[in-house]
Amino acid sequence: MKTVIVNSGCANIASVKFAFERLGANVNVSSDLQEISKADRIILPGVGTFDFAMSGLIKNQLINAIKSLSQPVLGICLGMQLYFEGSAEGVAQGLGLAKGMADKFLSEPNLPVPHMGWNQLENLSDDPLLKGLDEGSYVYFVHSYFIPLGETTLAETTYGTTFSASVRKENFWGCQFHPERSSDVGATILNNFLKLS
Amino acid sequence: MMLSKRIIPCLDVKDGKVVKGVQFKNHEIVGDILNLAERYSNEGADELVFYDITASADGTTINTNWVNAVAEKLAIPFCVAGGIRSVEDAAKRFESGADKISINSPALERPDFINELVEAFGSQSIVVGIDSKECDGNYSIYQYTGRPDQMQKANRNTLDWAHEVAERGAGEIVLNCMNQDGVRKGYDLRQLNAVRDATTIPLIASGGAGQMCHFQDVFTDTNVDGALAASVFHKEIISISELKLFLRQKGIRIRP
Repeated sequence: MKTVIVNSGCANIASVKFAFERLGANVNVSSDLQEISKADRIILPGVGTFDFAMSGLIKNQLINAIKSLSQPVLGICLGMQLYFEGSAEGVAQGLGLAKGMADKFLSEPNLPVPHMGWNQLENLSDDPLLKGLDEGSYVYFVHSYFIPLGETTLAETTYGTTFSASVRKENFWGCQFHPERSSDVGATILNNFLKLS
Repeated sequence: MMLSKRIIPCLDVKDGKVVKGVQFKNHEIVGDILNLAERYSNEGADELVFYDITASADGTTINTNWVNAVAEKLAIPFCVAGGIRSVEDAAKRFESGADKISINSPALERPDFINELVEAFGSQSIVVGIDSKECDGNYSIYQYTGRPDQMQKANRNTLDWAHEVAERGAGEIVLNCMNQDGVRKGYDLRQLNAVRDATTIPLIASGGAGQMCHFQDVFTDTNVDGALAASVFHKEIISISELKLFLRQKGIRIRP
């Protein structure tokens, strides 16, 4: 089985690759349209800004290729936000696979932004991606923008507001947190993703 | 449900080994980078920080080989610091697998550098380290603290600088209170509260941890997001798993 991480030009790709390699997966990083389309599993990572990430996908002519994928795709952090229509962070259009926009956390005295650190998953859906996880499992977040709750929400987290910690739209799964940096809980999720049928 | 408070072991790296000095001086070797990093991760550390304490003062940058090796092994986030002076320097650290980079003296030399890094990598991955000392009732910044002979007072007030780095887009501040560093008498709660009030970005306490109750104090009496410590963990004075259990029993939100 071949897993491909989309080289979005964003910087944190190595840690995602290493996390899959720790699970024994065969992983490549690529921005090649053919290689991505042929992969069994696709990861859409993301650190950076919404507009920068979208312009990277446009530059590599990947927009339509990604939208037409039928195999399991996992968007991580910003990669998950790209599934939606846009973001308060910028002006670029998202992939538009799902309805909604990324919103910005309001900075309040007791809520530093970015939302950075370990927080808990709540209201977990019965989905194969989250198999074996307990309510209240801790995962690692680093972000200033979030996807509000909606019909794609698979799990929730609360930081001032309650938002989508994980989403799914058909074969497109997403995690707002970083499973590659979420210790054993994260490894369980990545392993579940590799086992999706 | 709320964000948990982070326990962050700090590994000061010199010539590829983990070292610890008292108030930044007289460094002794305390162990191997990978072994310690793995041990802390297994014990439940929420994050690790690696400071290459020679790089900043030497004008060199950290060696990315060990950054890569750490990223391969660890499934928790880590931050690297030391002598990062350009967007390219930072990019190499991220490509090697670091989750965040932290800058200190180069930001003081050229504050626009913070904006450039934020522009390139986003706020969430840019940490500014601040070495601060109380003198005559004011908090002042020090730079080049990795080398006692080059260390100097920067002409800046700590609270103003903390506010400025946040305005420039930094995603987190690690405040190292130098009066307390290495002497294990507890965190500088007064200074941490003052800096907390000066900025709304995440704030990590550093300098002074000696006993488990010091962590309890810093999480109870200040609103910091995490507490960083080095020698108490390296010397096994405090075990991270016992510390986390202790803090949970005190009602502090801590990841098990």
